[in-house]
Amino acid sequence: MSTEGTVLSDVRPAHSHRRSAGFANTLRGIYIVWYRDLLRYWRDRVRAVVGLAQPLLFLVVFGAGLGSSLGGSFGGGANGGASLSYAQFVYPGVVGMAVLFSAIFGAMSIVWDREFGFLKEILVAPIDRSAVAIGKALGGATQAMIQGVILLVLAPVIGVTLDLGTVLLLLPFLFILAFALSAMGVALASRMKSMQGFQIVMNFLMMPMFFLSGSLFPLTGVPDWMAVLGRLDPVTYGMDPIRRIVLGATLPPDAVNALGLTIFDQVLPIGVEALILLGFGAAMLAIGVANFRRRD
Amino acid sequence: MTGAQGDPSVITATGLVKNFGPIEAVKGIDLDVRRGEIFGFLGPNGAGKSTTINILCTLLKPSAGTATVAGYDVASQPGEVRGAIGLVFQDPSLDANLTARENLAFHAFIYGVPGDERDARINEVLEMVELSDRAKSVVMTFSGGMKRRLEIARGMLHTPEVLFLDEPTIGLDPQTRRHIWTYLRKLRAEKGVTIFMTTHYMDEAEECDRIAIVDGGKIVALGTPTELKAMVGGDVVTLATSDNQAAAADIARIFELEPTIDNGNIRVEVKDGAEFIPRLVRETSVPVTSVASHRPSLDDVFLKLTGHAIRDEAAGSTDHMRMFMRARGGSR
Repeated sequence: MSTEGTVLSDVRPAHSHRRSAGFANTLRGIYIVWYRDLLRYWRDRVRAVVGLAQPLLFLVVFGAGLGSSLGGSFGGGANGGASLSYAQFVYPGVVGMAVLFSAIFGAMSIVWDREFGFLKEILVAPIDRSAVAIGKALGGATQAMIQGVILLVLAPVIGVTLDLGTVLLLLPFLFILAFALSAMGVALASRMKSMQGFQIVMNFLMMPMFFLSGSLFPLTGVPDWMAVLGRLDPVTYGMDPIRRIVLGATLPPDAVNALGLTIFDQVLPIGVEALILLGFGAAMLAIGVANFRRRD
Repeated sequence: MTGAQGDPSVITATGLVKNFGPIEAVKGIDLDVRRGEIFGFLGPNGAGKSTTINILCTLLKPSAGTATVAGYDVASQPGEVRGAIGLVFQDPSLDANLTARENLAFHAFIYGVPGDERDARINEVLEMVELSDRAKSVVMTFSGGMKRRLEIARGMLHTPEVLFLDEPTIGLDPQTRRHIWTYLRKLRAEKGVTIFMTTHYMDEAEECDRIAIVDGGKIVALGTPTELKAMVGGDVVTLATSDNQAAAADIARIFELEPTIDNGNIRVEVKDGAEFIPRLVRETSVPVTSVASHRPSLDDVFLKLTGHAIRDEAAGSTDHMRMFMRARGGSR
């Protein structure tokens, strides 16, 4: 094939499409960074589904194993009537776990991109670098939310009733949890130079955050220190509304309420929990943006 | 067209300094690159080439000094500079999980190439680097040379005024290197784009219109390859003898020249090599085992100016390391 005749036709001045409004520029940057993350997620969908193996393992091992030794009326005892198996109790926690894990691993793609050079391509682009941090946080959050939603198909097997309204109500809460954790991952990954370093830090954070969040056991009747730590754990404010919404159609309202997270014996409304988590996510995102804007 | 378009200088730098803690990587560089030229930055690894290019591309802030690219200040107008330049990095920077077309589409989008021009522009640059038939292949399946070509295509996608290339042919085989040069010359001819590149390959530097020779964070010489080679007087004669020390002393005494001993050979610059060799063999007392005369190369210029060779052996081993890292998908 001869390319001798190829003439790059466009000779309009290179400046013409550079001076678009800064805000529109940033939105465009956020969109394309988010879009690339989803494109990669879709291309790697087999691996994404395999990533659900760990939450499923927790569900099976804890649900069946721990469940049988705890007996059949978990969590509902206080209210008499409604009874709840441990598998039913732990199921929303496992959905939250899938969100937690994939949000954090999603942020690892930043370290990955740095190691493989692609991050440079993004960082030299004529967009505000806040777009990179925000796009990455939203991309990771979207993937993590999808991972959580996939696990919802197991509800009938566990004996949890889900209706469309429940699922629709659940989506924003899944997303807020995913966003907050993804933003935390971005804040950390923005300073990390090596994959190993990121993995070590993440393992130190992820497991305690998961265990203390009330996902495997309720934060009532635990030692005081754990009750305090659990309430300092941002994941707690994501797990609790997820559990209350997922079990909403299975249990009577006051039984659901009895499961709710309390602060000074007051059950927190799920909206307040969402706001706490959003605040945490916004703070983390601000750190991530500041880190990305730094130039040596 | 902007006012900057009429200005013959497209890159300027004055007293550029960059310190990394106590290390001075760039120690005061002045530059004036003209519109439409191919400008080479030649020097060994660690001479400050990549640091300089990273400052010009707004990836690093200068510790002192100023620089402008396409009329914009690199420190205060990084966004404008980034929009006006294309970049091909030393290490690969493609998303290997996406196709060639997707990589280009990402770039077009993030650089704000208008939607109605995007596809045509992508087709054009793909055709330019002869990758049209591989547009839908995932980049993971590309050879090193193909990736490099795709990166050059990507660097040109948003019609930049200056294309920066940091060691663009490092680790590529000679045939691929020639190929890349064909594209670069075609680009300059057709688009009038200014090309600024760093290299430590002498033969590559020969292809440039002008070269700055960099060593230890400073420009030690600047000019066309011909001008630079004229700095070495006449021819370069290299010879080996049974006693190099004694022979060098002889040459210095009899011919009043300044021989240097390098790598087991005596090296001396003379006006006319063909005329000098018979006299040399006749008049020195030490037996000559081999002798050769050649026109000065940029290697000779570099050696003369810095007192040391560009250390291609050392560079060669980092090249191999780099290729190895590339092969296993890492960087550095």
